[in-house]
Amino acid sequence: MEYFLQQVINGVTLGGIYGLIAIGYTMVYGIIGMINFAHGEVYMLGAFTALIAFLAATLLGGADSALGLAIALVATMGFTALWGWAIERVAYRRLRKAPRLAPLISAIGMSVVLQNFVQVTQGARVKPLPPVVHGGFTLMQAGTFKVDLSWLQIGILLLTLALMAGFTWVITKTPLGRAQRATQQDAKMAALLGIDVDRVISTTFVIGAALAGVAGLMVTLYYGVIDFYIGFLAGIKAFTAAVLGGIGSLPGAMLGGLLIGLIEALWSGYFSIEYKDIAAFSVLILVLLFRPSGLLGRPDVEKV
Amino acid sequence: MRFGGLTAIAGVSFQAHPNQITAIIGPNGAGKTTLFNCLTGFYRPSAGRITLNGLPLERLADHQIARQARIARTFQNIRLFPMMTVLENLMVARHAPLMKASLFSVAGLLGLKRYRDAEADAIEVARRWLDRFDLTAFADTEAGALPHGKQRHLEIARALCTDPVLLCLDEPAAGLNPRETAELTERLADLRRTDDIAMLLIEHDMSVVMGVSDHIVVLDHGRKIAEGSPFEIKRDPAVIRAYLGETDDEALPPDVAGDVAC
Amino acid sequence: MLARLKSALLAGLAAALLGLPLLGFRLTDSATGLSLALRPWWVAAAFGVVMAGRFVMDGLRLPDIQFQAPHDIRRQAGLGLTLFAALLPLLPFAGRNVVDMATMVLIYVMLGWGLNIVVGLAGLLDLGFVAFYAVGAYSYALFAQYFHLSFWICLPLAGMLAALFGLVLGFPVLRLRGDYLAIVTLGFGEMIRQVLLNWQSLTGGPRGLSGIPRPTLFGVTFTPEARVIFLYYVILGLALMVNLLALRLRRLPIGRAWEALREDEIACRSLGLNPTLLKLSAFATGAMCAGLAGSFFATRQGFISPESFTFMESAVILAIVVLGGMGSQIGIVLAAVLLVGLPEWFREFQQYRMLAFGIVMVLIMLWRPSGLLSARAPSIRLGPAP
Repeated sequence: MEYFLQQVINGVTLGGIYGLIAIGYTMVYGIIGMINFAHGEVYMLGAFTALIAFLAATLLGGADSALGLAIALVATMGFTALWGWAIERVAYRRLRKAPRLAPLISAIGMSVVLQNFVQVTQGARVKPLPPVVHGGFTLMQAGTFKVDLSWLQIGILLLTLALMAGFTWVITKTPLGRAQRATQQDAKMAALLGIDVDRVISTTFVIGAALAGVAGLMVTLYYGVIDFYIGFLAGIKAFTAAVLGGIGSLPGAMLGGLLIGLIEALWSGYFSIEYKDIAAFSVLILVLLFRPSGLLGRPDVEKV
Repeated sequence: MRFGGLTAIAGVSFQAHPNQITAIIGPNGAGKTTLFNCLTGFYRPSAGRITLNGLPLERLADHQIARQARIARTFQNIRLFPMMTVLENLMVARHAPLMKASLFSVAGLLGLKRYRDAEADAIEVARRWLDRFDLTAFADTEAGALPHGKQRHLEIARALCTDPVLLCLDEPAAGLNPRETAELTERLADLRRTDDIAMLLIEHDMSVVMGVSDHIVVLDHGRKIAEGSPFEIKRDPAVIRAYLGETDDEALPPDVAGDVAC
Repeated sequence: MLARLKSALLAGLAAALLGLPLLGFRLTDSATGLSLALRPWWVAAAFGVVMAGRFVMDGLRLPDIQFQAPHDIRRQAGLGLTLFAALLPLLPFAGRNVVDMATMVLIYVMLGWGLNIVVGLAGLLDLGFVAFYAVGAYSYALFAQYFHLSFWICLPLAGMLAALFGLVLGFPVLRLRGDYLAIVTLGFGEMIRQVLLNWQSLTGGPRGLSGIPRPTLFGVTFTPEARVIFLYYVILGLALMVNLLALRLRRLPIGRAWEALREDEIACRSLGLNPTLLKLSAFATGAMCAGLAGSFFATRQGFISPESFTFMESAVILAIVVLGGMGSQIGIVLAAVLLVGLPEWFREFQQYRMLAFGIVMVLIMLWRPSGLLSARAPSIRLGPAP
């Protein structure tokens, strides 16, 4: 029981991180119907930017850890947002009316570019960061086994919740969100009604990238090691989460992320840590087979 | 057939006969296309049975219906293979016999005579339909490059190429100009005369419906409200009500009333 | 002119800003853990390069030519290329390195032709093609290791095994719509790699399998020099076989049905075509080609490990197919030379090579979204060819 609880805590933390990345996938897919393959790399860029910003603030700027983290958060969101904007502008915008596969190939190309850009500029070796946030409290104790909930996990969960709430508010209550939803349903009609579709799409990329950047920051702190290759696996898992929750659905992305995180944590806790990635994919395949529209997605009726 | 809480069609029964055109008319949302979709297996009816010559259709998948029950159809918004040529479109309709002749590609890969003959036969069938629809000159053109009217014809020719006993036409005159519509009507009349095919026709253009159909079924809100010859349907009070609503006829502009009652 | 300068300046500024954290700072290891080094000149360089690049690109109007060569010219080009490939090892400039590189390119040409059946003809987006390549490679290695079977017996076995894998994996997922299929196939590709990594007792895990026997010809073994040329002809033969298969299938009912399926699945169903069977057959045919290429790869390298079967490989093969212009056999050769051959020349610049590879991929897509050569020839004609 205690062991189970610990795995659930770890899983939920991991799930929050996946969920944040998944939002970017689900929004972009919802609005232009493409898998933004480079999104995982944006998350990786976020992790690197966070690390650099944190070190720059604490080592060069002499800030303490808390201020350093705040600076890293703002800087990461800002820079990844900019990257998100730039990627859309350079690699996708001109291909919006192109054959279906063209933007996908362009996105894969972009993903290769970003990975190798980071490898060239920062080297291929893993970058370790000693723990910054220490401590936590023990929820339960059974013999020698303790169920820990660290401050870092609490912080990650709270930040995730706050971002989610803020983001949901933007989508449901603001004119920007309305334009976004309208474009998602019918881009042509939205354009006719005077919505600047290009801008809406750009904003979607910017928001998605900023959230992925935050996820990158969290992972840097949580695991303490990053390399230029982390974007790929996290990217497919987050996409899996988006599909699992129902692509195009925001709560779905969160739920999907949470489930993938839990499955991964429980699987590695109880079965084998080697095959944890396989567990996540198996779930994806099962869901697609039995509920192709995802858990919270709308089933699409085939129009003949 | 139900979608969620909405009952799209219920309790509709009618008969179709070879060498006859049965038109299915009704206001928008009456369930005409849904009826076709159930018939051709794209939707599985929530309850009830559909039989063609004793064959239970509701248990077959759509592609089985096309092959075993020999039902062919066209679509409201034309569904051709746009990048393929007109001839290739028709050859796809001959897939089943050709596949058998090519021994699932083995004989075809080896280039055996048995397959080459079958291919020549298929081209002959295709050419016959192309001739009848005046498409022979376009045989090697991309289907997507044809004008709209020709695309409609090609879709019908492709459906006929599967050798159907029942042909379902879903608004074949949609988007055609009056001249093209007249041409289409003539083609349908010609088919009825010379080929032993039963035809179902969904159409909004009353000139086509009244011009070629032997029998008309009127649907409204998923139910059959009338059935009979064009002459009977024109005067059926239930039909007039369904089209014009409960309101007084005089309240409507005369051309609308005229269109329905033609 | 002023507008051009302005746009170039903006692009440069954007690049400098984007690169600020990663170019401006370098994470370095120090005694106390990680440390940072400043390198402002990298940011300045990014600014300069991107500004100049943008300025030149704005002025450059890339010609939007359609390479629509008539049928017989394409045929001649194909024959010419084949002849060139057949004579390549005899040409004066063709040293061991050139033949070796050409062998590598041909593996990708073969994989591209195989994947083209799945993606180009049947329109099924497969991002996990490398899985079947891996199945082919490992099955040869394992058959040879455990049963001491020769390459020529293992080759068809590997092809069949890969096809079988294609059927088994394809069966549950082929009902899915395009993009879902892509992601599931990607998942399968990763799963197979994970199994290869973790099933240590069979696959050797990350260390891989080594000492894979080299091919012989009727019991004749080759010196290393002669073997390079022998292997080249083996892969040339295999690739041409796949090419012939693809070209013939396209003219058969099954090929036309695949294309029809790509164009409109609903119309196919209404004509009595069974989409599941068609998709499965396309998937299995493609997988078989990958399996054959895989077992060739294993015998050529003499050593295989999961390293060689990452998602990047799938991406490269798919890029070759799409960049080549889906459905064009010669386009695939061109794209393979461009994406695999050229980077091989720049082996010394290992890191920059992949960076350039990605950039080329994006640029070609922007320039020609439907591929380098994209004209489709009808599979059958009523009238004479134009």
